[in-house]
Amino acid sequence: MIWNEEFETLPREQLEILQLKRLKDLVERSYYRVKPYREKMDEAGIKPEHIKSLADLQKLPFTTKDFLRDNYPFGLFTVPLDQVVRVHASSGTTGKPTVVGYTKRDIETWAEVMARALACGGVHRGDVVHNAYGYGLFTGGLGAHYGAEKLGATVVPISGGQTKRQIMIMQDFRSTVLLATPSYALNIADTMADMGVDSSKLSLRVGIFGAEPWSDNMREEVEKKLGLKAIDIYGLSEIIGPGVSMECIEAQHGLHIFEDHFMPEIIDSDTGEVLPMGEEGELVFTTLTKQAFPLIRYRTKDITRLIAEPCVCGRTFVRMEKITGRTDDMLIIRGVNVFPTQVEHVLMGVEGVEPHYQIIVNREGSMDTMEVQVEVSEQLFSDEVKNLENLSKRIQAEIKDLIGSTCKITLVEPKTIQRSEGKAKRVIDNRNL
Amino acid sequence: MKVDQLAVFLENKSGRLAAITKALSDNSINIRALSVADTADFGILRLIVDDTDKATRVLKEGGFTVGKTDVIAVEVADKPGGLARVLSVLHEAGLNVEYMYAFVEKSAENAVLIFRFDDPDIAITILQNAGIRILTGQEVRSI
Repeated sequence: MIWNEEFETLPREQLEILQLKRLKDLVERSYYRVKPYREKMDEAGIKPEHIKSLADLQKLPFTTKDFLRDNYPFGLFTVPLDQVVRVHASSGTTGKPTVVGYTKRDIETWAEVMARALACGGVHRGDVVHNAYGYGLFTGGLGAHYGAEKLGATVVPISGGQTKRQIMIMQDFRSTVLLATPSYALNIADTMADMGVDSSKLSLRVGIFGAEPWSDNMREEVEKKLGLKAIDIYGLSEIIGPGVSMECIEAQHGLHIFEDHFMPEIIDSDTGEVLPMGEEGELVFTTLTKQAFPLIRYRTKDITRLIAEPCVCGRTFVRMEKITGRTDDMLIIRGVNVFPTQVEHVLMGVEGVEPHYQIIVNREGSMDTMEVQVEVSEQLFSDEVKNLENLSKRIQAEIKDLIGSTCKITLVEPKTIQRSEGKAKRVIDNRNL
Repeated sequence: MKVDQLAVFLENKSGRLAAITKALSDNSINIRALSVADTADFGILRLIVDDTDKATRVLKEGGFTVGKTDVIAVEVADKPGGLARVLSVLHEAGLNVEYMYAFVEKSAENAVLIFRFDDPDIAITILQNAGIRILTGQEVRSI
């Protein structure tokens, strides 16, 4: 179902007229109301009146996470604080978190795009939505919550953790939709297996999974284990939270960007140059309608490419391919770029390998070494050393095909790799780069 | 004629073997025979216990990866040449031993050899035809 037929199927020319109008307004607001933005634009020699076409967007300077941190916590808000009705903050693993603010209208916009996203993933009124995204400063829980309510679904605001209880509630409430990070969805599936609860005892039909990159093989695994259709959702708190783009259930290929609110660009992350349609690079967003905390050309560090071809679902919005990884997740092992999702894809392709893994990177002398820890499930285990050694060698060979260098495979006991209740920690990089 | 053997995956870190034996001891399970295969990165503990099903349950509950395999227990006289004779029978028949371990019975007159073959049934026939005594699971458990 298309939630907002009028906007989601807008012909490109009309969409661009709307985008340009909104872009001009955004640049003006940002320039005249926020000093750091004004300084940045002045430095680049750009005035709001220079924005005459959508192509002029490229003249504007990028915004980075550092710029947000420098103006912590409220320095980039374009409205007085008495108009800000909510703040959220990123998890911020290093240093200060990134703070984002919302006006009343921003909260409405967010609920709108999130309702569109859920509808895009096949969720509708009458669904019982088990929302296991974390509630709190993290945008996942509340963002999904407001969208699901706007859609008219029944929301179970369970948040993360207490997995056994979650399973009981899903059974008893006959939840039809699960919202979670993909790694937490797997944790739920494994806990179900431990409890002897088969997926047929649940009523799940759709899983809306996001907030971390995941591979297509991981999708198959979760779909099989939970007996549902797994749909990818994308968002980041800086842009609005979940609901920036969404895969449609019809194609399950590429995520439609809600372009009337968020304008995408793909750039070369080294040179900052805008790449032609279809080429892979870093995703950059400009928020066209956000009031309290708008962003101009924000570098997401996520790597993807755009798909311009029309989609079977009828939406005219451009699609972005499933995120391959993030520029800061990207490991450079002996000069080769490696994303954890690529390693995951190899592992999930080996029968019996559990979707729990960890990559450990060390530097020995001037050499980078990569170790992949894999849990030994009963299905993989053998009483004969040679069988286990062959398994290691096979995984090693497949990863070598992928990245060109040999990594160490360490077999570990089941359930020793930490289970995720939100975002999974896939990489431990011990190098001091 | 086959004997149940448990195999447990051992991650290469200290205290794992102790954790397994403690779980067994807490549940009054007695180990009849044991061997550890170790590589640089991991180990495989192989055990014959007095109550296989209970041991399997206890270890699985303890979070260990457990597998069950059929092995063959052969009894030979505890004197020079006991093992050599069995191995030469196997060699002549062209049977490959995946692995083996041995222990001496309490009476000290006999030794027990535990063998793992790809195809235990063929091995049983060959050993029996050569007049070698094969112990039953019951016999091994009650040693």
